[in-house]
This record gives sequence, C-alpha cells and structure tokens, in this order.
Amino acid sequence: MWKYIIKRILLSILILLCVTFVIYTLLRCLPSSFVESMAVTLSQAPGAKSYEEWLAQLNASYGLDIGIIPGYIRWLSQFVRGEFGDSWRYVMPVVDKFKEVIGVSLVMGGISFVLELVIAIPLGIMAATRQYSKTDYVITAGALIGISLPPFFFATLLKLIFASGLGWFDLYGLVGRDYAQLSPMGQFWDMASHLVLPIATLVITSIGSLMRYTRTNMLEVLNADYIRTARAKGLPEKKVIYRHAFRNTLIPLVTIIGGSLPGLFSGALITETLFSIPGIGFTSYEAMTRGDIPFAMFYLTFIAVLTLAGNLIADILYAAVDPRVRIS
Amino acid sequence: MENKKETYSLNDDRRVRVLSPGAMVAKRFFRNRLAVVGLIMLLTMFVFSFIGGLLSPYDQDEQFYATTQQQQEYVGVVRNNDFRYTVADGMEFGSAAQAQFLLAQGKGESTFSYKDVTYEWVEEGADLYSIYANGTLLAFAAKDIVNEEEAALPFSVKYEALKAYVNGETSFTAEGASYELDEEGNIIENGAVIGYVSRFVVRSQENGVVISRDFREALEDAIETEVSDFVYTGEDGETYTYEITYNASAQNWSVLQTKDTYVYDRYASPSSRHWLGLDTNGMDMLTRLMYGGRVSLVIGFIVVLIAAFLGIILGGIAGYFGRWVDNLIMRIVDIFYCIPSMPLIIILGSAMDNAQMDSQLRMLYLMLILGFLSWPSIARMVRGQILLLREQEFMTAAEASGIRASRRIFKHLIPNVIPQLIVICTMSLGSTIITESTLSFLGLGVKFPFASWGNIMTDVNDAFVMTHYWYIWIPAGICLLITVLGFNFVGDGLRDAFDPRMKR
Repeated sequence: MWKYIIKRILLSILILLCVTFVIYTLLRCLPSSFVESMAVTLSQAPGAKSYEEWLAQLNASYGLDIGIIPGYIRWLSQFVRGEFGDSWRYVMPVVDKFKEVIGVSLVMGGISFVLELVIAIPLGIMAATRQYSKTDYVITAGALIGISLPPFFFATLLKLIFASGLGWFDLYGLVGRDYAQLSPMGQFWDMASHLVLPIATLVITSIGSLMRYTRTNMLEVLNADYIRTARAKGLPEKKVIYRHAFRNTLIPLVTIIGGSLPGLFSGALITETLFSIPGIGFTSYEAMTRGDIPFAMFYLTFIAVLTLAGNLIADILYAAVDPRVRIS
Repeated sequence: MENKKETYSLNDDRRVRVLSPGAMVAKRFFRNRLAVVGLIMLLTMFVFSFIGGLLSPYDQDEQFYATTQQQQEYVGVVRNNDFRYTVADGMEFGSAAQAQFLLAQGKGESTFSYKDVTYEWVEEGADLYSIYANGTLLAFAAKDIVNEEEAALPFSVKYEALKAYVNGETSFTAEGASYELDEEGNIIENGAVIGYVSRFVVRSQENGVVISRDFREALEDAIETEVSDFVYTGEDGETYTYEITYNASAQNWSVLQTKDTYVYDRYASPSSRHWLGLDTNGMDMLTRLMYGGRVSLVIGFIVVLIAAFLGIILGGIAGYFGRWVDNLIMRIVDIFYCIPSMPLIIILGSAMDNAQMDSQLRMLYLMLILGFLSWPSIARMVRGQILLLREQEFMTAAEASGIRASRRIFKHLIPNVIPQLIVICTMSLGSTIITESTLSFLGLGVKFPFASWGNIMTDVNDAFVMTHYWYIWIPAGICLLITVLGFNFVGDGLRDAFDPRMKR
C-alpha cells in the first residue's frame, strides 16, 4: 500500500512538472501586455527614461528577459522555496494576497459542499429506490436542470428576484456599504447575507452531478445479488436499503467526496466573479484578465496541485474503503 | 367463433418480434419520456436557430433607429431683482456710491453723501429711481431693463422709456423726438421697434444661438402666466416644445428644448415589428437570438468534433497497441486533465482582447482551444472501452480469421465504442455550450458583431438593464437552458437506451 502511494506521489510530481512547464510556456508566449503598458505609463512621466529602457528594466526585474527554459528553471527553484514573486496587479507578494483571499473561498466552498452532500445524497437514494416513479423523474429532471443551468444566467435570475426584486440581498460584493459601522455580530450577518446568493448559485448548478452519481451507484447496488438475497431473507425494505445497499453505495461516494475535498480551496472562479466576492477565484480572474503573470502562474499551479491531490486521495480512498480492492 | 389466431410451435421465431439492435435502442429511447422531451427541445432550438435566421426579415447586425425627443437646456431666464444702474453720459456714479444709494433707499432717507458729494434720489415709479447730484440727473436705478434692438439708445431715451413704462404711459418724448410704448414694453419710433423694456434676463445655454425677440416674448408670457411648457415656431419654421422649470432657490427658470433626434432605438420594448424588442445597439433581439443560437450550436459541434477526433485517434491507439504507447498517451492525458482549462481559456481570451484580434479569427481560435482542451476525457473513455473489448471473444475470432489490423479496428472495435461515444459527445455538447456562453458573457469568447447566447446577456452587468429590460436577457438565458437541457436529456436517454442492462 505504501509503495503504491509513494509511486503515485512521484508520478503526480512528474505530471505537475510537465503541467507547470506547459503553463509557463503558454504564459510566456502571450503578449505580456501588462509590462508594456506599465512601461508606457512610466515613460510618459516627466523626465523619465525612454520606453525601451523602461521595458528592458521591467522585463529584467520580472525575469522575462531570459529564455523560456532557464526562466522555467528559475521559476521552479523559486516555487520549491515557496517564493512566488510579487503580483503585478495587486502590487504585493502573491502569497500574501493569497492568504488574504483564500478564507472567503474556503468558507463559501465548505458551506456549499456540505449543502450539496446533505441535499444530493438523500435525493439520489430516494430516486434510486423508487426508480421510474414520479419522484425519480422529478429528481432526475431536477438534477439535469441544475447541470444545464448556465451559472451566469442563474446568478442573474437570483439577483433579479432576491436582490433587486425583493431587496433581501445586495447585488455585488462581500460586505455592505455600512459594514464598518456595524457591531461584530452585525458584520458577521452582513457577510453571511452577502454569501447567500453565491452559495445558492454554486449549490444548485453543481448539485446535479453528485445526485446522479448517487443514483447510478445506488441503482447498481440495488441490482446486486446480495440485495436480492437480503430481500429473499425477508428483511424489511428499510433495512435492505439503509443497512445493505446504502453502505455499499458509500464506497464510490466516499471516494468521489474525498477526491473533491482539495477542490474546496480552489474557489469558484465564475461564481465569485459574477458576485464580485473577493475570494481566490475573483482575485485570480482580475489578475488573469490583466496579464498578471506571477499571480496567474501561482493560481494555475495551485489548481493543478489541488487536482492532483484530489485524484490521489480518491485513488487511495478507493483502495482503503473497499476491502475488495487490492493494490499490487 | 373459430379462433383464427395462428399457433406456432414453442421454438418458432415468429412467436417473438425480432428487432435489430438499433431498433431496440430506438424503442428504449422513445419510451423514455425525458429523452423525448429533450429531443423535442433540441429540434425546436435547431429550427429556431438555423431556419429562424433565414425567415427573419432582419439581419443580425441591422440597426434600427427611432426619433426620440431629447431635451436640451436651451436658455436660462433670470428675473432681475437687483437694481441696475445706468449712468448719464459724462457723469460718474461708481459702485461705492451705488452702495450708498441702496443703503439710503432702504432707510428711506432721500439724500446720501459719498466723498463730499451729496446725492439725492427721487422715486419715479415702481423700482425706478433717479439720482441727482446738485440738481443734475446723474443716473437712474431700475430693475426693469431696456434692451436695444439694433442701434444703441441714448441715456435719455432709456430713462424716459422706463419712466413711461413704470407709470403705464403709452408714449414719451426724449430729446425732441416722440416715442411710443406698447403693452409689451416695445419702444417704437416711427413705427419701428427700436428696443424693449423687460425685467427678464435671458441667456442662451448653447453657443451660437441667438434668441429672437419673438421667442423672448413667448417665453415671458409663458413665465408670467405660469405655464410649464409652450410651443414656439421659430423663424426657420421649426416648431419645438419648450419646457420651463423654475428653480426656487436660484430664482431662475431653465428652459428645456425638446428636439426630435434620430438615434439607435436602444432597448426598445417588444412590439409587433420586433417581437423581443431591440438590444443596446438597436438590433432586433429575436434575430440576434437566432444567429446567436447558430453560433453557440456550431461552436459546440465543432469543439466536440475536434475533441472526438483527437480522442478517438489517441484513445484508440493507446487502447489497441497498449504497452509504452498506451503509457505515453495516458500520461499526456493525465497532464491535460491537470491543466486548469477555465483559467487558461480566460487568460488566452484576455490575451486575444489585448491583441485586438478580429472577431472571426477569434471565434476560430476559441473553438480550437476548447476542442484541444477537452479531448482527454474522450480519449480515456475510448481507451477503456477498447481495452475491455479487446479481450472479448469476437475480437479473438476476428483476429483468428486473419483480417487486417485496420479493418479489425475500424470494423469491429470502433463500432462497439460508438454508443458510449455518442453519449459522451451529446453530454459534452451541453457543457461546451455552457463554457462558451460563460466566456462570451464575461467578454472573453465570441465578440461583437457576432451574436452568441452568452454575449447577448452581457448587458445585464448593468443593473438597470437587468431590472428594467427583461427581454434583453431572459430569452437568451432560456434558449441556453433549453438547448443544454435538451442535450443532457437526450444524452441521458441514449445512455439508458444503449445500456442493455437497464431493464424497463
């Protein structure tokens, strides 16, 4: 088992190296508009150096003057030491900015993840146990509608109804206008109310896949021989479903849930952007659209690491949870 | 009655209706209500996008204009409440003396002195005072103003005119000539108007606008009768409506001219000509929705085609040849899986923004990028299927019969992968359309002048548009939802239909 885990980790590191190299190359090949526009601004100041001189100086200070491969090696050596450089957009160390914004994303991701689990798994099981009933149709259709809803459309609908229609929430942002004047409790509720719509968007647009996954797996288990045996034994249906079937359904569920745990850190790029929630997603979106290479590089690497970690956890859990799986 | 039903022996094939596998799939598919609904939704959207665009009388970037009434600040009017001083020729009456006069007038003292000179004043009528020093007329202070028509009027004419005006006389003489004064304050000499008396100061707010006497009169009438708007036909024959608003704190009137202007008919409401109104550029919304549907659907199909092509080739090679080829391709797949696609597309999109790329070229790149980033899941599925099928007896039989490898792959392996491939492609069509529209919504995908269901909705970033013009964004969102839902329903139905284990 340990041997397998170590092998997987080594493989993940190799993949990560390739991925970061691909990303680095891509970013370097893009027109580095930020540096150029900065050089233009700086050179227009009275008594300033010429545009070319500024450009050369900026390129040197951002490490853009050396070739892609030496640049990548330098980036990598800094990455290993935990140095990600300074963000161009936010004019502060990337890591500091990251620490500042990750909390909101984690809270948002955590709450929506728990909500998803609490809603999707029972509904998925309900749909599976009453296959082809009206309930099943409604739940399956609901799950598919959730998957098919474009997040931006759904977010706008929510805004129209709850923000501008009923006036319960604000359209954008994490804190209200009078945030600074509120008591600590009031500040908490202010933030909480600003997170309601984003979390609703996240949960509803992503709940469908977990619901369908639960349903499919539950159906598979319900068709298994041991369920037939349990029924033949004369066990009550409740016991069959919750004792025998659900426990077996848990195996794939735990695997996929464990695998998606690292994703809680990745933030919701689109949803945060739609609601201007200053989490890691929106912060990165701003950085990426403005050609902030250090921040974009950090964010992309971060996401890649999370994906790899998720796959790794899923694979290990798969073996750990199900005693039938033996890894050689 | 004799039972005419034929009886077959138990193992007679005719006892059961034999269906081909395809017919079985179709039968299972059409029994699934959700799938049929999805198919109908998809067909509707296809007809809407591809045929609707042909039927629409408008073009996707045809702009519609409308004459709207725009209000412009035309003139400002102030009712004069301060004394204005007119000094006789060759005399002096400076501002310091004027201040002294005001003080004396306020106190009711009939004389005042300034710098050793003693002045005296006489009230000639309402708000008209003559100021004398040592018995000679020095100046007069009046709140009414004498405006000259063309030639400058001498002091005495102004003075006499005002005197006559405030005392309600209709004629006066000055310097030997006689003048007439009509009710409106016109000073008439020999039948010609040479000036007029009025308490209003009218200033034009636009450069180069000369305010005619006629207009002034109409305006003053309107102000005096306290009407809020009036119509006036100018010398050029154009008739405009003017709206008068009184600002109590500044004690002035501002006059807004309502002009007909020819502009893009922005956000026009739905009408019989434009069923879903007009968008922010004055383009027909319904037509743009149709063309946008075309773009969204075509992009979806091309992206999925690219992904499927790459996925089948690479997955097929990996699955069929195995060993190091498989290992290599699968590691590439792992790498691609790990590349965060959405952030990457956002970065590329904003880079294309910076390069100010042509919209059409941009669309092409978008398709290539999306296709190139989404083949790995298809490759993985194809490889898994082929690994599974390779071990089955029919493949051993095919190999034993000695047919070529290519024939084995394309005739025996690939057809067995097709069902899963169709399912995965249908489902990813839906998600590709969502991805594309999200990008277009953020302004990083399909760009103007091309319409896409995503970029049609971009206007809702303006909260006013969102709350006031539902027809700008709700139809586009619903089209998207219906299309994606249709693909997902159909994909789901196909999955169930292809999977023989799913018994109904």
